[in-house]
Amino acid sequence: MRFTNNKKVGVALVFSALFLAACSDDKQEQTAPVYDKSNPFPSTYQRIESAPVVISNVTILDGVGNMIEQGAILLRDGKISAVGEDVSIPSNAIEIDGSGKWVTPGIIDNHSHLGVYPSPGTQSHSDGNEMTGPVTAEVWAEHSIWPQDPGFQRALAGGVTALQILPGSANLFGGRSVTVKNLPNRTIQDMKFPEAPYGIKMACGENPKRVYGAKGGPMTRMANVAGYRKAWIEAQEYKDKWDEYESAKEAGTAGDPPKRDLRLETLAGVLSGDILVHMHCYRADEMAVMMDVMKEFDYQIGTFHHAVEAYKISDKLAENNVCSAMWADWWGFKMEAYDGIRENIPMVHQAGACAIVHSDSDIGIQRLNQEAAKAWSDGKRAGIDIPKEDVWTWLSANPAKSLGIFEHTGSLEAGKNADVVLWSGDPFSTYSQAEKVFIDGAMVYDRTNPESWPVSDFEVGQVGQGDAK
Amino acid sequence: MKHTLLNKRFSLLASACLLALSASAVAEKIAITGAQIHTLGSAGVIEDGTILIDNGKIQQVLDADSVPSGYREIEADGKVITPGFIGALTSLGLEEVSLSAGPVDARVEALPVSSVGAAYDVQFAINPDSTLVPVTRVEGFTHAVTGISRTGQLFNGQGAVIDLAGDFTALVKANAFMHVNVGDGGTHANGDSRAALWVALNQALDEAVFAAGTDLSPTEDWEGMITRADAKAMIPVINGELPLLITADRAADILQALALKNRYENLNLVLVNATEGWRVAEQIAKANVPVILNPENNLPGGFDQIGATLENAARLHKAGVLVAIGMDTHNIRLAPQHAGNAVANGLPHSAGLAAISLNVAKIFGLDDTLGSLESGKEASLVIWTGDPLEVTEAAEQVFIKGEPVEMTSRQIKLRDRYLNRDPAKPVAYSN
Repeated sequence: MRFTNNKKVGVALVFSALFLAACSDDKQEQTAPVYDKSNPFPSTYQRIESAPVVISNVTILDGVGNMIEQGAILLRDGKISAVGEDVSIPSNAIEIDGSGKWVTPGIIDNHSHLGVYPSPGTQSHSDGNEMTGPVTAEVWAEHSIWPQDPGFQRALAGGVTALQILPGSANLFGGRSVTVKNLPNRTIQDMKFPEAPYGIKMACGENPKRVYGAKGGPMTRMANVAGYRKAWIEAQEYKDKWDEYESAKEAGTAGDPPKRDLRLETLAGVLSGDILVHMHCYRADEMAVMMDVMKEFDYQIGTFHHAVEAYKISDKLAENNVCSAMWADWWGFKMEAYDGIRENIPMVHQAGACAIVHSDSDIGIQRLNQEAAKAWSDGKRAGIDIPKEDVWTWLSANPAKSLGIFEHTGSLEAGKNADVVLWSGDPFSTYSQAEKVFIDGAMVYDRTNPESWPVSDFEVGQVGQGDAK
Repeated sequence: MKHTLLNKRFSLLASACLLALSASAVAEKIAITGAQIHTLGSAGVIEDGTILIDNGKIQQVLDADSVPSGYREIEADGKVITPGFIGALTSLGLEEVSLSAGPVDARVEALPVSSVGAAYDVQFAINPDSTLVPVTRVEGFTHAVTGISRTGQLFNGQGAVIDLAGDFTALVKANAFMHVNVGDGGTHANGDSRAALWVALNQALDEAVFAAGTDLSPTEDWEGMITRADAKAMIPVINGELPLLITADRAADILQALALKNRYENLNLVLVNATEGWRVAEQIAKANVPVILNPENNLPGGFDQIGATLENAARLHKAGVLVAIGMDTHNIRLAPQHAGNAVANGLPHSAGLAAISLNVAKIFGLDDTLGSLESGKEASLVIWTGDPLEVTEAAEQVFIKGEPVEMTSRQIKLRDRYLNRDPAKPVAYSN
């Protein structure tokens, strides 16, 4: 560890430095969006400016399979500038002594309903499931999200730096998802992860048949599958029509453009590979059927969500390059969750398939590190010994890949966004907590400084405002 | 120590396997040696101690690593021993699969026998063959408090305490508690308003007081709001023989619950959730009312949970309130993780362990036999790989009434079937 500058900086000073930096105009990037028809709700996210930050004497899990003991990391200009046993320290850097502590990439939860099912969970806030028809690919989760959901702050205190917010699972096609940075602000556009592609939420199994069984169907799993196939056929026709139009336009022979259809536009986006598929599916047999539907219509399922029986077909998931986003131990709340086992995640990993720890819960999202720790230790006791540095791929790198943002975040590699968590100790322990959380290089949560804790509008003026949450 | 090092390494596993084969054999004398023992009794934590088990009971807990003759030794060097954990509020034995999967005995549709839900009684509904029982016990749980989760009426009926040995004598205590929800969740079936709910609750309690001195035979007149069956169930509540669990989140609701003792002085109250309990912790402590809570509830799920905080358990404990942790059914096995997170947020470790064992036993009047490792108590205990509140540690061997239980479950069998799958034949032909 080499220090070019050894000054000690207190936490309060760190925050005032951040604040001052954020107030100075000269460094702000001018990224005012130009209105773009193909991107009608563009991101207005702006990172908070910060002086460089160096965390040293710290145990580092880089998120892509490496552990560095007594390491250091430099965050500068919103990016990870250097990671290693030794980094050079800029003279204006904020230095944090990480002795006894651990650093990891920020946790990325690829399955959240924060904002669409916010707290308080009133009926008026229930904006996650458009249960008016089994195919609602035309709806977008971002039009439901309430950025004042206090759950975002709780998740931040758990080390979550980015998350995908999905529509619910009542429908065969529930609508578009959106990936956001966990830095709540006035509008959802302020939170949108600028480079993230859209996703679509699809659902297998019990939910669609339970919701629509008495409302015109589907009332069976076979009708679920018929419903997906019918929709893909229509989407293919729609896509062909538009492709033809675009070719004709290039050739200068185009007539009127085809009529836009929001539902088919989203589905065609999946077929063209622009929109990633996130499919709620529990049972092994249903996942296998869906992978055949995927081949029939030549699209890729990015991730099965919940995937409680993934361990039964982990070989097939690996062959088909489909990720599984799983809980450590949820089970039994419905028939399709009856065969849940605690070793699901390590068994998927062992098969060489992409394993992800997800939450689907405003409580679970606050300690996904513990979910990974449980799965790690359960696997170990069953003879699947995965090093902690590989386990962390379940929490950051793999979900980032599942969301199409891995080139920007999800690991501690030079040049990537500085989305980083400093843990009070080994994050595989119940007793360790996220102490400092950085998004794009700015410290956005500091457990040791209550003054710094973000508070949603909803909690202002209420009992317990600013309390330890 | 008589054993060689080699023996030491294998003896625990081997003895557990052997005993598993003869689970119904006559209880033998067992000495468990070498572990860190969290007695939760006056002996506190004993390093490298010995537990002597005879006839299903704890004969002695010794602050020494020695084995009298006539005892089979189980070496547990470097391990941790605690009392068996007790699920504080579950529906174990009453629910297999929650949704769209046939009757769930933990959910009741109103029947004319009861107008307020007090009469319903889970003691007749316990299924000891439920797969949840072994799934739960292999994770260090030896007992559970179990009850109805929903009636759509005022009360959630009468719950019970069961052991998790999985035999037909699971029922440890019938009529173990009565349960009522006075928070937002309770208003739905009670006029959608506390202004209605509390009048109904007071009326039910008043009628129970009256019923205590009345002949409830069908030949006699009874024109109360509550039915005769409800009245019979409510009399022990009024007398304080049955704890009355009151689910309340908002501080004002908690104070209303405590005020019941001014009107019905024998009530044996227990608060459930008490999300804003920290705001009135002194009053709860002064009333000597224990709390069963989930320490991870830190979101304002409704307008009666605005003050939710991760420090609720720690603050209540500090004020002198007896805190128990553990509310779930399929995953009641996660209560140690919940307790660990309470510890991470300020609860002392010893209080975290007590919250999932001794304090539950105290609340339900079982602490003369359960909840701590002391002479004469039931030998229901667990050998852990390490600190049970750490998510990475696990139960290595569970004993219920002095018998080591087989450390397997349907989940473990499913796991092994797929871990050892022979790709050459259909999986149904695997073990």
